[in-house]
Amino acid sequence: MFELAVFDSALRMATPLILASLGGLFSERSGVVNIALEGILLTGAFASILATYYTGDPWVGVVAGVFAGILVSLIHAAVAVIFKADQIVSGVAINLLAAGATQFLTWITWGSSSNSPTVEGMAHWSLPEAWGPVARGINVIIGHYPPLVYVALVAVAVAHVVLWHTPFGLRLRATGEHPAAVDALGVSVKKMRFAGVLLSGALAGLGGAFLALNTHQFVKNMSAGRGYIALAAMIFGKWNPVGAAAACLLFGYAEAVQMGLQGQQVPSQFVQMIPYILTMIALVGVIGRARPPAALGKPY
Amino acid sequence: MSSPGASGTATRVSRIAGTERIVDVLAPLVAVLAAFLVGGLVVAAIGESPLRFYSTLFRGAFANADSVGLVLFNATPLIFAGLAVAFAFRAGLFNIGGEGQLYIGSFVCTWVALQLPGAPRVLLIPVLILASAAGGGLWAAIPGYLKARLGVHEVINTIMMNFIAVGLTSYLVINIFKEAGQMTPQTATIPIAGELPRLAYFFQSLGVPLPAANPLNVSFLIALAAVWLAWFILHRTTLGYEIRAVGHNASAAECAGINVRRTLVLAMLLSGAFAGLVATNEVMGFRHRFLDNFSSGIGFMGIAVALLGRNSPFGVLFAALLFGVLNTGALEVDLFTDVPRELILVVQAVTIILVVVGNEIVRRRREGGATSRRRSEATAIGQDGSAEAS
Repeated sequence: MFELAVFDSALRMATPLILASLGGLFSERSGVVNIALEGILLTGAFASILATYYTGDPWVGVVAGVFAGILVSLIHAAVAVIFKADQIVSGVAINLLAAGATQFLTWITWGSSSNSPTVEGMAHWSLPEAWGPVARGINVIIGHYPPLVYVALVAVAVAHVVLWHTPFGLRLRATGEHPAAVDALGVSVKKMRFAGVLLSGALAGLGGAFLALNTHQFVKNMSAGRGYIALAAMIFGKWNPVGAAAACLLFGYAEAVQMGLQGQQVPSQFVQMIPYILTMIALVGVIGRARPPAALGKPY
Repeated sequence: MSSPGASGTATRVSRIAGTERIVDVLAPLVAVLAAFLVGGLVVAAIGESPLRFYSTLFRGAFANADSVGLVLFNATPLIFAGLAVAFAFRAGLFNIGGEGQLYIGSFVCTWVALQLPGAPRVLLIPVLILASAAGGGLWAAIPGYLKARLGVHEVINTIMMNFIAVGLTSYLVINIFKEAGQMTPQTATIPIAGELPRLAYFFQSLGVPLPAANPLNVSFLIALAAVWLAWFILHRTTLGYEIRAVGHNASAAECAGINVRRTLVLAMLLSGAFAGLVATNEVMGFRHRFLDNFSSGIGFMGIAVALLGRNSPFGVLFAALLFGVLNTGALEVDLFTDVPRELILVVQAVTIILVVVGNEIVRRRREGGATSRRRSEATAIGQDGSAEAS
């Protein structure tokens, strides 16, 4: 339960969760609920495998995953921000659409409704050995995990800086708290919310790309509730990047432990339930109340 | 001078109400047709014939008594799940937890049935129906209570409780109640006295050639009764009045002396009870046992059904039947065309998106129209002092 291997796999498990929950964070901080994270992860996963399959380059797959995520989040932004329709319904519909569309496209592309053929995964980063012992030392650090693991960790820091130390972040947060005030100051609420939702699409799409490239193939419904866990982590982390990432690591750890537990004394189902139970507890406020942005879910 | 003016206003109001009702029915229909169009375009894009696709789809749903029976069977759980969402929505609550509630309802139903092996049919069937409703209802009452008491938004809690319900029932089935000597994660079968009869024999006696193997069962009739019951509670009881009042404006309801907290909890309880009744079809009518992970998103489909049915019980019935047609026809499409049946999921999702957007456009146009009308009347009064200028 506490072996290094478990922590190792916990970090890998946490990576797509971290990316998706950062995505959810940008969207919700701008005042738009994003239940569509699940569907965006799935679409990103599919697109990354599709692009890698045809180009042979996983990095092209990563870019494709990000673009697919942005494309899906555009639907959400259009429905929720332009038409001001119900954000939760829009999210539910997008998740349904993503599940259907990815299976449909898997069938069209590969003639199977369950999974794609395997593709090449991402090569780990490394400096040439010839550069000497320093390079080898660096390789131990940056070459241990697939590149997107590091990208996710850097993204946490970047998200923190962007949200709390830039004018854009201030405006984004203000849009989620008090859109009327933002509007009165001449900042477009629509533009801020579009930015929030599209950023969430890009990040969750990236998470989907990691999910699929890490297993080298697309499997139907492979997001398997991770979008909702990411949402839970974001809430458990009280709508801030470092907290959300910490929650993702905790949930990733639970997932890693649970995989190691299969066929043992502690029932794996209970370990699986941990993220959801903790989130409910956080919302109820037993360990410091988690408070959502004031204008969350309210069209403006 | 005033009386013809007043009657003129009255007819205009009733005419507006009439058009509103027509728009209410037309908007979802237009959305469905537009979604079919999108589906057709996708079919054409992959080089298949949209006409052949849709003719296969509808033939699959209406070819004979057997397929119509299947449509009704497939619609049954969706009616319950749709009612659950629609009922809570009338109180201003968004119950995304139908999936979890139907799992708990189904498990409680199975568990109670297994505890009462010798019970007579007249006793067991009503008890099991109540157990299903109670299981789903109590599970839904938890987020309802958290909302009423602590103001925690029900959406996140119901989502979380979906996963908890799936995990919990999965644990119970695999570790404690698994049928002895079986690999499949399912319980033993419930006593025969607890099974709901199939409708095939009944229809055969009426001369309808519904094959004995058709799974359509009494649960469909329970679903019809539930539609009526939901309507009756909402529109003919004090509780229903309170639920709708809280849904319209909780503060106004509070001022009028309605106990908002109690109403919210009761609305969630009843909403979850409708979801729990899915067990009457899945456990009592069809599988006769609890199977781990049996629902492939029935609870989520309920959201689509409620939305399409505009959150009215009878609207839910029609929307569920439409989805029943699509799901039944999808099997035929899979067998006889080169279009994968997942396209049906896409059509359903597009329908939802178009319905929400359509509703919003209709609502905005209506509100915009109402304000401009009011404004023009106000100016008319200001100008010459007589109310009926137009």
